[in-house]
Amino acid sequence: MTRVVLHINGTAREVDVDPSTPLLYVLRNALGLTGAKLGCGLEQCGSCAVLVDGTARPSCVAPVVQFEGAEIVTVEGLVESNGPGAVQRAFIEEGAAQCGYCTPGLVVAVEALRRRRPVPDEAAVRAVLAGHLCRCGTHAAVLRATRRVLRERGM
Amino acid sequence: MTTNPSLARHPAVDEWLSFDTDSSVVVRSGKVDIGQRISAAVALVAAEELDVDPERIRVAERETGRVPDEGYTSGSRSMMESAQAVRLAAATARRHLLALASRRLAAPVDELEVANGVVRVPGTNRTTSYWQLAEGRPLAIPVDHQAAVKSPAMHRVLGRPYEAPGLTGLVTGTSRFVHDMMLPGMLHARLVRPPHGRARLDELDRDIESRLQGAHLVRDGSFLAIAHPDEWTATQLAARIAAVARWSPERGYDAGDIAELLVTNPRTSLPVLDGAAVQGLVPPPIAPPADAVATLTARFQRPYQMHAPIGPSAALAHLDGDRLMLWTHSQGIYPLRESIAEALGRDLESIRLIHAPGAGCYGHNGADDAAFDAALVACALPGRPILLKWSRADECGWEPYGSAMVVDVSAGVGPDGRVATWSHDTYSDTHGARPRAGAGGIGPARLLASRFREPALEPPRARPSIGSHSGLHRNQDPIYEFPTRRIVKNLVHDLPLRTSSLRALGAFLNVLAIESVMDELAGRAGADPIAFRLRHLSDARACRVLEVAAGRLGSKRKESGIGRGFGFAQYKNASAYAAVGIELSIDEGARVHLHRAVIAADAGEIIDRQGLTSQLEGGLLQAASLTLYEEVRYDAFGITSRDWETYPILGFDNAPEIEAVLIESPGEPFLGVGEATIGPTGGAIANAIHDAVGLRLRRVPFTPEAIRAAALA
Ligand code: FES
Ligand code: FES
Repeated sequence: MTRVVLHINGTAREVDVDPSTPLLYVLRNALGLTGAKLGCGLEQCGSCAVLVDGTARPSCVAPVVQFEGAEIVTVEGLVESNGPGAVQRAFIEEGAAQCGYCTPGLVVAVEALRRRRPVPDEAAVRAVLAGHLCRCGTHAAVLRATRRVLRERGM
Repeated sequence: MTTNPSLARHPAVDEWLSFDTDSSVVVRSGKVDIGQRISAAVALVAAEELDVDPERIRVAERETGRVPDEGYTSGSRSMMESAQAVRLAAATARRHLLALASRRLAAPVDELEVANGVVRVPGTNRTTSYWQLAEGRPLAIPVDHQAAVKSPAMHRVLGRPYEAPGLTGLVTGTSRFVHDMMLPGMLHARLVRPPHGRARLDELDRDIESRLQGAHLVRDGSFLAIAHPDEWTATQLAARIAAVARWSPERGYDAGDIAELLVTNPRTSLPVLDGAAVQGLVPPPIAPPADAVATLTARFQRPYQMHAPIGPSAALAHLDGDRLMLWTHSQGIYPLRESIAEALGRDLESIRLIHAPGAGCYGHNGADDAAFDAALVACALPGRPILLKWSRADECGWEPYGSAMVVDVSAGVGPDGRVATWSHDTYSDTHGARPRAGAGGIGPARLLASRFREPALEPPRARPSIGSHSGLHRNQDPIYEFPTRRIVKNLVHDLPLRTSSLRALGAFLNVLAIESVMDELAGRAGADPIAFRLRHLSDARACRVLEVAAGRLGSKRKESGIGRGFGFAQYKNASAYAAVGIELSIDEGARVHLHRAVIAADAGEIIDRQGLTSQLEGGLLQAASLTLYEEVRYDAFGITSRDWETYPILGFDNAPEIEAVLIESPGEPFLGVGEATIGPTGGAIANAIHDAVGLRLRRVPFTPEAIRAAALA
């Protein structure tokens, strides 16, 4: 067991863990942040994505110690004081979730796109989202939500 | 009108809804949410009939003993069964309560007004409410199957924009999936599965448990699981045990060409008449008319395909005293409970199943098996809650797959330009192996772990499903008007892999085949493919969706290399109508790029517009994935498709723009749409590929290798 300090959703959190534990397990079990999901544990599906210093990255493989000192934001951290954040609102408006298992990872990925400057084009959007799988077929709705977010951002 | 099985089993109003003292209405549905938003739909239907705001409706958690037993949530039947039952229950309740109000307020019923559950006599201060009238007591009156429901013109809720309440939790990460549950003292469990279905555990180091750092090893014959308070430790220990376990025999599957096995293995063949398989002699082959202007004989194939939910299956089980609690994302808490009770030799009443969300896939994935696995571990470790999760490799390797299929069609077009003869043989294993208690212990035998326990239960031999559009003969009987048709279903035995229900069952390949052949026959008869279909349809609603889809896709773009194709079906020839148009291109690498898709659908009366659209779009995207990418790979030693690299599915890089047009049919019965676009999408892609490059592909998936092979053939 090792003491690890993580900066998550704007707060420093201390956890005592086996340092080889992937970040995802620490988020979900030690910190109760169950938004990020395990889909494959192989960095293939994106359902475990979190923002690491502004970039969406899978959290299911890399050990937690590698994230010390990084700014981590999970899907829970995108909620604003008055409710769901901009990306989350766009997903609601477009109905871009069915079972919702892939959704937290996608919300995080779209948030990363929203923060990019200049506003990313369609090819960049597709390239980022290509790291995320959805079985229920929300792709078209997620793309509509993403364009809505980027449009608002671009204005 | 066919009887609603849900109402037949649960005839009283209070089984479907009640008026709680906190001024809410509790609606109970036995159909579970699997991403299709059935909770939203039943809430809206109840709100409409009762004139109560949707915010006042609470949809009860699905728990055995507390909600109606509506069997499995499958076959696009949730709307027709559950929503229809709730609608009639609400209409009956409203009539009953207004009769009470009429007495209490001393005014005739037709003078009363209802707003958000408050009943008033207009122009007076005399009011009461549903809740005062119900007095907290259940409405023990029968649901009137003929109860008058509101006319569409009076609707204030249905079909209007509506934000499904569950969405917020999903997008903020606060919804609790079964995977996210945590109970005090809980252990995380992982499985160690054999390499293939016939393997037995020979040897496991006897001392391994003592070296397992406080873990619990659970073994029953060849069923092997490990449980530990720390999830990551449990995951690693499972991998360590897997590395030392020895299994035999080495070879498990006949990895010969599946299409060959499908047409040569022993089989049970039945004629299909008017969409229903019947006992009887298989009709002899029919020959096209002597004066046929076009004939065609074609074989279509589909390999085994996976449900492949993004989250592997999981369940939480807790044996507390003699009560077993089980949280599961099974699509049928009642039938699963019966099967598990029988398998464990436990009293039905001692087991409670509660539906908890899982990852969607629209079919029989590992959910039920994982629930039984969790129950076995919990029974071995009484008092400890057990959260058991399958790994990605477990899910890919052990789910019951969608059946491989072969479809043989031969058809002839007469001199009048119409199809004169049509013959359609489908060969496939079963599409229905959900656990369901029945003769010969079939319920337990359909639970995967039963094969590994001691004594092991052999997987039951499938029997052909009789009846309308079930299993492999779903949508086998074309909706088109053909004067002479010969439809035969062939349930094939002794095939290598375990199979069950994957979205749309046999309809995927049956419709893909029918729509490909119609397209090709149209070409040979020199007709426009849409016009050719319309020639064989008299149902105005069917014609309408085809015309709308064709209109929306628009006239052909100038660029060369763009292919356009259509597919159409009425699901089960009785449910929603859907036409799909696809525009695509094929690059030098023989990869198919989906540009644009249109859907026109008629699902009867519209309840939840956004929910309906996402079902149609989701079906299209899943079907596009099945058509272009998916094939379960295996060899003699086991399944080799074990992750997303070895079992690729459609991604965001190839998701087309979709335009879905919902055709309004106010006052028409609700028709389920969950599976409506599956077959039409497969057909539309096949036809669009032909339009683009002149190749007729007939074996899914249409991978670059398949396209190159077809080009060389
Ligand atoms: S769970 Fe991390 S990428 Fe799939
Ligand atoms: S919404 Fe179910 S996996 Fe994406």
